[in-house]
Amino acid sequence: MSERVAVRKTYKLFIGGKFPRSESGRSYLVQSANVSLASRKDARDAVVAARAAVKGWAGATAYNRGQILYRVAEMLEGRREQFVALGVPADEVDAAIDRWVWYAGWSDKLPQVYGGANPVAGPYFNLSAPEPTGVVAVVAPEQPALLGLVSVIAPAIVTGNTVVVAASPAQPLAAVTLAEVLATSDLPGGVVNILTGKITETAPALAGHMDVNAIDLTGVTDPSLATELEVKAAENLKRVLRPAPADHDWSADPGITRMTALLETKTVWHPKGT
Amino acid sequence: MTATATSARSDLSGLGRSETALRTFLHGLPGVDQVGAEQRAAQLGTRSIKTTAKAQAIDLAIRMVDLTTLEGADTPGKVRALAAKALRPDPADPSCPHVGAVCVYPAMVPHVAEVLAGSGVHLASVATAFPSGQAPLEVKLADTRAAVAAGADEIDMVINRGAFLSGRFKEVYDEIVATKEACGDAHLKVILETGELATYDNVRRASWLAMLAGGDFIKTSTGKVPVAATLPVTLVMLEAVRDFRDATGRQVGVKPAGGIKTTKDAIKYLVMVNETVGADWLDPDWFRFGASSLLNDLLMQRTKLTTGVYSGPDYFTLD
Repeated sequence: MSERVAVRKTYKLFIGGKFPRSESGRSYLVQSANVSLASRKDARDAVVAARAAVKGWAGATAYNRGQILYRVAEMLEGRREQFVALGVPADEVDAAIDRWVWYAGWSDKLPQVYGGANPVAGPYFNLSAPEPTGVVAVVAPEQPALLGLVSVIAPAIVTGNTVVVAASPAQPLAAVTLAEVLATSDLPGGVVNILTGKITETAPALAGHMDVNAIDLTGVTDPSLATELEVKAAENLKRVLRPAPADHDWSADPGITRMTALLETKTVWHPKGT
Repeated sequence: MTATATSARSDLSGLGRSETALRTFLHGLPGVDQVGAEQRAAQLGTRSIKTTAKAQAIDLAIRMVDLTTLEGADTPGKVRALAAKALRPDPADPSCPHVGAVCVYPAMVPHVAEVLAGSGVHLASVATAFPSGQAPLEVKLADTRAAVAAGADEIDMVINRGAFLSGRFKEVYDEIVATKEACGDAHLKVILETGELATYDNVRRASWLAMLAGGDFIKTSTGKVPVAATLPVTLVMLEAVRDFRDATGRQVGVKPAGGIKTTKDAIKYLVMVNETVGADWLDPDWFRFGASSLLNDLLMQRTKLTTGVYSGPDYFTLD
């Protein structure tokens, strides 16, 4: 019998729960693998998919979202070796799995911590409840490849947002492999969309897009690009998360600020009886 | 590929007089090559239209839109708002053209007429017991006269599919003739409801029947059955109007309706019109889109071209 020929993998985009090639047909080489090079149009398609997913995802119960995020951790656990083979250190994979679990737990607790009853001088109940802001564009950090990516995606989606992630150009393999995990985790299509390619190409399209509600610039390292993106984002008053400092410690306790930065507060007044 | 290359012009005028003559003529039309039509339509859909050509196509498509609302829940306020949108689809940009027409139920015509008076936007009304057409002829004609009297200058009628499918072509023909007469000066669009006609051959026959009976436009669908306008069906109808003009010298318009929701779809139709019947039909007088959500997508794409950033549905009206 002849020797078996290995099946080589093409790393494609992740849009609306599917793995399409770039609309432009372009690709680039990373670690001798072909990776799709996303265009502006792919970014637009991803926003359309993310917008379509908002209603179902934000409308799901917090309990259900928590279960699904926990399921992601389970699936990630099963693919541990695959990430290690891509060069992600084993303890980083473990930390990434733990982070999914940690954020999964927050899904039904955050509204209690961050919302609640407000004391008012009158015969009313006054209640504030956090709600997802909508479609969030995320520029993922280059390092750590997996933990950094998880640390920007999980806090955005746990509260009911949907995301379009521009993966780091140098680290697309971990991002696409994470997409494969997400695709098999009961996460509805379109909740997470991942674009690989140049940040300078996709991020400006996302920052200027009028149907994107917030942009997380964590992975932007060039200060002038960050400024440009922030200026574009101002056009429709997107919420903006500024780039992370170069010495940011991703393994530390992340706190809840990444979740609360991507929420809107709804306050209702309700008359009291008697 | 002219369907009636052999017919002389004088031959067609007398066809409506007898059931036999109509049947002989309609069944004598060459059959449609189903695979060929679908492949041709798919192929024309692959053209890439960009930048200035796209901008032109979008403006043309906006001018061709029959902005439609045909719901049981339509109110005078809602149709007035729609009519206002027809006049100025993009209030932020005065260079945006107005749409071709507003299309409503007869009861809503007076409310729309107030808004559209003197604007150049046509006022279309469905009639003849839309969408099923299952009513006595007198009722259908009264429906039509009422709509015209209320101010509609275009009437969208439905053909009697029950009669057509059971082969009673003369009955269908006579109803169209009678409706045309009831329209007076108003333009008559004949809805074939291709989703219920089952075959492309039937679509071709119904197209010819509608044109022979005097229809000014042939329209694919009511939008009320699951299968609405498709590219291959529209291709068959475009070929029919082209052949009809060759045979009789009279030009008839085409209106695909239902299911056309994106700019990309609309541009595919425009490409097909240009490639099948030529630039003579690339005008709101001869080609229309029956649509409601299409307009917002056209406006979003138009905004993208003028401002350079992708727009979102939050910035356009909900209809």
